[in-house]
Amino acid sequence: MLARVLIRPKSGVVDPQGKAVERALPSLGFEGVEEVRIGRMVELHTDDPDALPDLCEKLLANPLIEDYEIELVGEGAVLNDGGEIGA
Amino acid sequence: MTRFGVIRFPGSCDEIDALEACERVGEAELLWHGDADLKGVDAVVVPGGFSYGDYLRCGAIARFAPVMERVIAFAADGGPVLGICNGFQVLCEAGMLPGALLPNEGLKFLCRQVELLVDDVDCAWTSACEPGERLSIPVKHTTGRYYAPADQLERLEAEGLVVLRYAPGHNPNGSLRDIAGVRSEAGNVMGLMPHPEHAVDPLTGSTDGLKLFESVARLAAPA
Repeated sequence: MLARVLIRPKSGVVDPQGKAVERALPSLGFEGVEEVRIGRMVELHTDDPDALPDLCEKLLANPLIEDYEIELVGEGAVLNDGGEIGA
Repeated sequence: MTRFGVIRFPGSCDEIDALEACERVGEAELLWHGDADLKGVDAVVVPGGFSYGDYLRCGAIARFAPVMERVIAFAADGGPVLGICNGFQVLCEAGMLPGALLPNEGLKFLCRQVELLVDDVDCAWTSACEPGERLSIPVKHTTGRYYAPADQLERLEAEGLVVLRYAPGHNPNGSLRDIAGVRSEAGNVMGLMPHPEHAVDPLTGSTDGLKLFESVARLAAPA
């Protein structure tokens, strides 16, 4: 089973990376973009999707500062374009 | 004489300075992250650096190192444990200290001497300090902004668990309430972002960092 875990800073936790990107956008002509938040995505294959919340709480995310969402992409799905890195 | 153990993870870089700081007040030896053995030391220092390449989050992988299981048990039995910089991040990730360290407000790596105020002397590592004492100790980090949710911050303040604060005008990274170091409820575990092990020799301008190591050496072997 392919799963994606999206991890982002909790609301209320200042995200200086997001702020920096937000401030850069108007200088490129992109107006009206607000509340940019930068997190990370983890893709993984697992035989036990039920264990994912526990796995997220214990390692992938720090629940004190981050929220996470688990997206089950499905059986037989492939990561990205299915190629090995560099292939 | 107090025997200090300094843990070396892959990616640690301040373990030798920490070792030498400990040797000024006692005996010290390196402990290896892969060994589930503290070799009978009286105090443990989790040093600074970039354990496991800072992958995922700073300290997130190191907390699962075999040696950390023993450090957690050692601390639960009242053993003194000090986490410096990356070591502080490791202790927070391991749940041994409250809060978390976030990227600096300015997103830059900072390396500078800062002034600290000792807020609490009921901690094993500041017991040789005076309340309100000013210490000059360097910081060098990218991920040092202390954060805890509002309710936890209130609890920290109420219970006196904030050990060190940046002096007014010296908060380099946007840490909440100017917090530079915190301790466990029992007072034997402490973490701080500044580097006391880099402030033990007059050659580098300040010997104030030595006080933390002296505190534990004195506790263990009262004169």
